[in-house]
Amino acid sequence: MKGLLRYAITRILMTIPMLFILLTIVFLVLRVMPGDPVSAMLGAHAPERVIEEKKEELGLNKPILVQYVNYLGQLARFDLGNSMVLKQRVSAPIKEKLPATIELTFWGMVFTLLIGVPLGAYAANKRRTGRDFGIRLYGNIAYCIPVYWMGLMLQLIFGVYLKWLPVAGRTSPRMLSSQFSKTGFYLFDTLLAGNMRAFNDVAIHLLLPSLTLGIVLSGIFVRLTRANMLDVLKSDYVLAARARGVSEKLVVYKHGLKNAFIPILTMLGLQFAILLAGAVLTETTFSWPGMGRLLMERIYLRDYPTVQGVIVVFALMVSVISLMVDLLYAAIDPRVKY
Amino acid sequence: MNSTVKAKYSPASFLGAFLKKISKANKTYGVEWWIMIAGIVIVLFMLFTAFFPQVLAPYLPGDQDAGTQLEAPSMQHLFGTDNLNRDIFSRVIYGSRTILGVAFAAAFLSSIIGIPLGLISGYAGGVFDRILSLVMDSIYSFPGLILAIAFAAMLGPGVVNITLAVSVIYIPTYFRLVRGQVLTLKEELYVEAARSIGAGDSAILFKYIFPNVIATVAIVFSLNIADAIMTEAALSYIGLGLPAGIPDWGMDISIGKSFLPSGVWWMITFPGLAIILLALGFTMLGEGLAEILNPRLLEK
Repeated sequence: MKGLLRYAITRILMTIPMLFILLTIVFLVLRVMPGDPVSAMLGAHAPERVIEEKKEELGLNKPILVQYVNYLGQLARFDLGNSMVLKQRVSAPIKEKLPATIELTFWGMVFTLLIGVPLGAYAANKRRTGRDFGIRLYGNIAYCIPVYWMGLMLQLIFGVYLKWLPVAGRTSPRMLSSQFSKTGFYLFDTLLAGNMRAFNDVAIHLLLPSLTLGIVLSGIFVRLTRANMLDVLKSDYVLAARARGVSEKLVVYKHGLKNAFIPILTMLGLQFAILLAGAVLTETTFSWPGMGRLLMERIYLRDYPTVQGVIVVFALMVSVISLMVDLLYAAIDPRVKY
Repeated sequence: MNSTVKAKYSPASFLGAFLKKISKANKTYGVEWWIMIAGIVIVLFMLFTAFFPQVLAPYLPGDQDAGTQLEAPSMQHLFGTDNLNRDIFSRVIYGSRTILGVAFAAAFLSSIIGIPLGLISGYAGGVFDRILSLVMDSIYSFPGLILAIAFAAMLGPGVVNITLAVSVIYIPTYFRLVRGQVLTLKEELYVEAARSIGAGDSAILFKYIFPNVIATVAIVFSLNIADAIMTEAALSYIGLGLPAGIPDWGMDISIGKSFLPSGVWWMITFPGLAIILLALGFTMLGEGLAEILNPRLLEK
């Protein structure tokens, strides 16, 4: 346990340089490249004097190095600063939008695993048959589907033709989210409030976007599960289980899948980055009010501090997930010692 | 330097061995072989449409056929027409040139930066290697598309800009791959042998180590192009790609999006299928190559 704690602390400390490097890159990209927030804010025809005053106010006339050091100092105090364009703290919109993105990615991941893992295990069991080949083909195709295109296709089928499911937003327009928004995770909030009508409304809004993410990402997991299952099914303990007369189903889906799941779990951390990128595209497709839409809006406004803030939060999310996966890995697999 | 050693690791002999291995593979690998062939066929077909679009496309991508606004697919317009009376079939055909150009250029750019950095970093080791690896790992672990969005937004639309934005995020892919291989290869006996006969660092690196990395790089290059295709299409879908006027699949999908509620399915369906087909072609090619050249690579 002590070793695990030490490992956890080292891992947390290791994410600091990563955050620092990403921040530096984003800071430079935003500052060095053309386009500045002041003209985006005041319009191209604002008088020179007004522009200079605004730059002075925002600290944009200082040398880049000074701006950079100031920004890092601010971050060290866990302060993301103020928006350059709107009169608000950077943390304000992030607090509001982050739960939407987490809710979407969480259910996206659930669908991914629900689709990908059983299909991969089944394909491994039926290896070198027509069904195996078909599932592998599905995996390859799913991996190549642009997530926004999948979203639009599902919108077309379930929204436009069948009219079963809504295609935009987190709730219906007439549903007042103020009645239940406590944590920002609407599915959880509506349950807390005991408002079943709102819960259903939130659930059907969540269904298409998370299913979209799930289908597209399941391709990777089909392949991962299949490859790991093939390794596991060759091992001695599977042979031993078979020799004891354990039924084929139990061998594959209990003995096999349980052991194949550990490497799959480690991949989950890496795939989370892809999931986040997919979420940004899904959000723009489904008008989902999350971090991805926030990022896009503020990029157009040249709101540097908010864009940086969003990137910091994304980077933190990636680090936290990979940390959690590593710790879980250590907890599940008794052979792993730190 | 010993001429026989040199001949063994020359590019020509490497290529010979490569072809020999592939032709042998035909007998031992059933499905993988056909996956690769299918990939090659798709890629060649797409390359053909990119180089000679006029052979297949009945119209120019900007041609407006008056009075055919938002027409469903028919014999005149195989994939239907868009809101500006343009033939979608022709736009899809011409669009392959744009996306292939950007994806190839981006993958090429990231490989010619990533490969030498990986070679040198892995070979040299020390502080330089540690810092560079940390930087590359940081970029690698972050969602690539989001980084590309930041770059593309700041650079503004344009073919060169989008290529740069896409290429930046794939440099670590090549760096990590090559560095990892160099770390094992530099301990090999033949490297030690080369050193013992007085070969210099650059000779060892480029004549003895590099040729052994090429096979893996070829696999990753093909898979990388598939990824770059997806990234390019995504960037232009969210409006950060190319200026209007250049036929582009991602952009056509985003235009079609506003006509979706009225049931116009053809404006988004066909460019999307083209993206899938193209990305699938390169993925199948890469995976077929991987199974044949280095069966363990993709499982890691």
